[in-house]
Amino acid sequence: MRDARADIRRPLGARLWLSGGWLTLLVLGALLAPLLAPHDPLAQDLFAGRLPPFWQDGAQRGYPLGTDSLGRDVLSRMLYGARLALVVALVAGTLTCLIGATLGLIAGYYRGWADIIISRIVDIWMAFPPVLFAILLIAVLGTGLTSIIIAIVVIDWTRFARVVRAEAMTQSAMDYVASAQVSGRGHFSTMLTEILPNVLPTILALLTLEMGIAVIVEAILSFVNLSISTDSPTWGGMIAEGRTSVHQAWWVLVFPLIALFLTVLSFSQLGEGLKDRFDPVLR
Amino acid sequence: MSAQLSVRDLSITLQNGVRILRNVSLEVGAGRVHGLVGESGAGKSMIGKAILGTLPHAMNVTGGQICFGDVDLMAMAPKARRTWIGANAALIPQDPLTALNPSKRIGPQITRRLVDILGWAKTNAKARALDLLAEVQITDPARVMRSYPHELSGGMRQRILIASAFAAEPKLIIADEPTTALDVTVQKQILKLIAQMQAEHGTALLFVTHDLGVVSKVCDTMSVLYAGKVLENAQMRRFFTHPIHPYSRALLAATPTYSNPTGSLAQVPQKVIDGVEQDIRHHDIRNHI
Ligand SMILES: Nc1ncnc2c1ncn2[C@@H]1O[C@H](COP(=O)(O)OP(=O)(O)OP(=O)(O)O)[C@@H](O)[C@H]1O
Ligand SMILES: [Mg+2]
Repeated sequence: MRDARADIRRPLGARLWLSGGWLTLLVLGALLAPLLAPHDPLAQDLFAGRLPPFWQDGAQRGYPLGTDSLGRDVLSRMLYGARLALVVALVAGTLTCLIGATLGLIAGYYRGWADIIISRIVDIWMAFPPVLFAILLIAVLGTGLTSIIIAIVVIDWTRFARVVRAEAMTQSAMDYVASAQVSGRGHFSTMLTEILPNVLPTILALLTLEMGIAVIVEAILSFVNLSISTDSPTWGGMIAEGRTSVHQAWWVLVFPLIALFLTVLSFSQLGEGLKDRFDPVLR
Repeated sequence: MSAQLSVRDLSITLQNGVRILRNVSLEVGAGRVHGLVGESGAGKSMIGKAILGTLPHAMNVTGGQICFGDVDLMAMAPKARRTWIGANAALIPQDPLTALNPSKRIGPQITRRLVDILGWAKTNAKARALDLLAEVQITDPARVMRSYPHELSGGMRQRILIASAFAAEPKLIIADEPTTALDVTVQKQILKLIAQMQAEHGTALLFVTHDLGVVSKVCDTMSVLYAGKVLENAQMRRFFTHPIHPYSRALLAATPTYSNPTGSLAQVPQKVIDGVEQDIRHHDIRNHI
C-alpha cells in the first residue's frame, strides 16, 4: 500500500513573496530609520516647503519624496511613522490575539457555562459601533501609544473569540478528540495538544489580519487627531495634514496613503498565504 | 456466557427533551462479536459514545446502567472513567477522515495512546506501533509513521485506526460502521482484517453496521435497533432462522442474498413500521438471548 500524496510539495506562492517582501522592507526601514532617514522627521525648514518628489521639476537633492508645507522631509517622516505603525501592529495584534483566541478556545472546547458567559459578552460587545467605541475609549484614557493599543485590544478581541470558538467547536466534535479523551488525557491537555494545533492556521491568518486592522485604526485615530502627540510622525497624521494641501502638494498625502495601503494589504495576504501553507489538509 | 459489556435500560435524551435512546439493553460476551444493526439515525453511534463517555454536549444519559465486566461505569467519576475506559476499550470509528488528528504525524498518534494508557517509554511504544502497522498489512510502516493523515488513502487510515484500537490490548472494541466510508473491495479487506485481529487478540467486539450480510459473517450475537429502541436481542444463527420481531423479519426479507437476489428490491412494509412505532409507544421490550 503506497500513496503518492505524500510527495506533493508546493512552492512558496507569489502572494507570500510579495507581502512578505514589503513587510520585511518596512521592518528594516523602521529599525534603521535613524540611519536611513535623510533628515530629522520633525525638523522644519520653511524655505524648503512643498518641494516635489525627485522626478518632478523643482525637486531638491536630499528630499527624495518631497517635503510638506512646513518643509519637513516626507520620506523621513514615513520611516519614523513606520516604527509607530509596526509597534501598534505587533503589540496590539498580539495582545488582541492572545486574549480573544484564549477565550474562544475555552468557549468552543469546554462549552457549557464558560461558553454561555463568553458568548454573551461577545454578543453585547459587538453591539457597540467600533469606531465610536474607540474614540470614546481614547477620550477616557487620554491620547498616547498605550491608550491606542488598549483601545484596539478592547474593541477587537471579539473577532478572535468568535472565529476561534466556532473552529474549536468543529474540531471538538471530531472523533480524534474523543479518542484523545478516552486515552485518559485531561481536558486542558486535549485542548492544547489536539485542538489548538488545528485552529492555529486560522489564528495565524486572523493575527496578521488584525495587525493590518491595527495599522488602520491607528491611522484613523491619528487622522482625527486622537493618536500619539501631534509631534511624532504617524502615517495617519501625515494623511490628515496632506489632505488640506492636496492640490498644491499631492505627495504629502499620496505617499503615506500608499504605504498604509500596501502594509494593510500585505498583512492580510501574508495571513492567507501562511494559512494555506500551514493548514495540514491544504498543504 | 460471561458478559464483557452489559448495557441495561440505557436512555439518552437531548437537552430539548427528544429521546435518542429508549431503555436500550444489550450484552457483549467476553471475546465475542456482537452485531448492532439499525437504519441510519437509529442511535447506533450514540450507544457507542455513551459506553465510551464521549456523548455530544447536548445529550445526557437519563437512566440505565453500563457495566464493564463487574465495574459499573456510571458510578465512576468522569476523569477516572475516561482513564479506565481508555485502558479497557477502544473505538474503530465510522469516518477514518476525522478520527486522526490532521496536524499530527501518524506515529505519535499511535504511540501517544501507549504512552498515555500503559505508561510505556517512547521507544518501546514506537517499536510496538511498527509491529502493529505490519500486523494490519501496511507495507512500509516506517514511512507511514512519518506521514500526515491527509497523505494516506481512506483504506490506509482505517488500517491505522484498527492498529491503534488494538494497540493497548483492550478488552472491548467498538467498531462503528468501520467500512461505510470505503469502497467495496477495500471494505472486504478491512472486514477480514477486523475479524482476523479480533480472533487473534480475543477482544470482545461491538460491531455496528446496517449490513445484515456482514453481521451473518462475523457476529455471534446481535441486536436490532430502531428509533433508539432495541427490538430484538438474539443469537446470530437463531436470528437468521427464527426472527421474532416483525421488523426483523421484514429486514431479513429486504436483504439480498445469492439465492434471492431480487430481495434487494423489497422494502420494509409501512405496516411493519407503523407496528414498531406503536410498540415503542407502548414500551414493549422483547429480549431473546
Ligand atoms: N450532536 C448531536 N446533537 C443532537 N442530535 C444528534 C447529534 N448527533 C446525533 N444526533 C441525533 O441522534 C440520533 C442518533 O444518531 P446516531 O449518530 O447514533 O445514528 P446512527 O444509528 O449511528 O446512524 P448512522 O448509521 O447514520 O451512523 C439521530 O436522530 C441524530 O439526529
Ligand atoms: Mg453512526
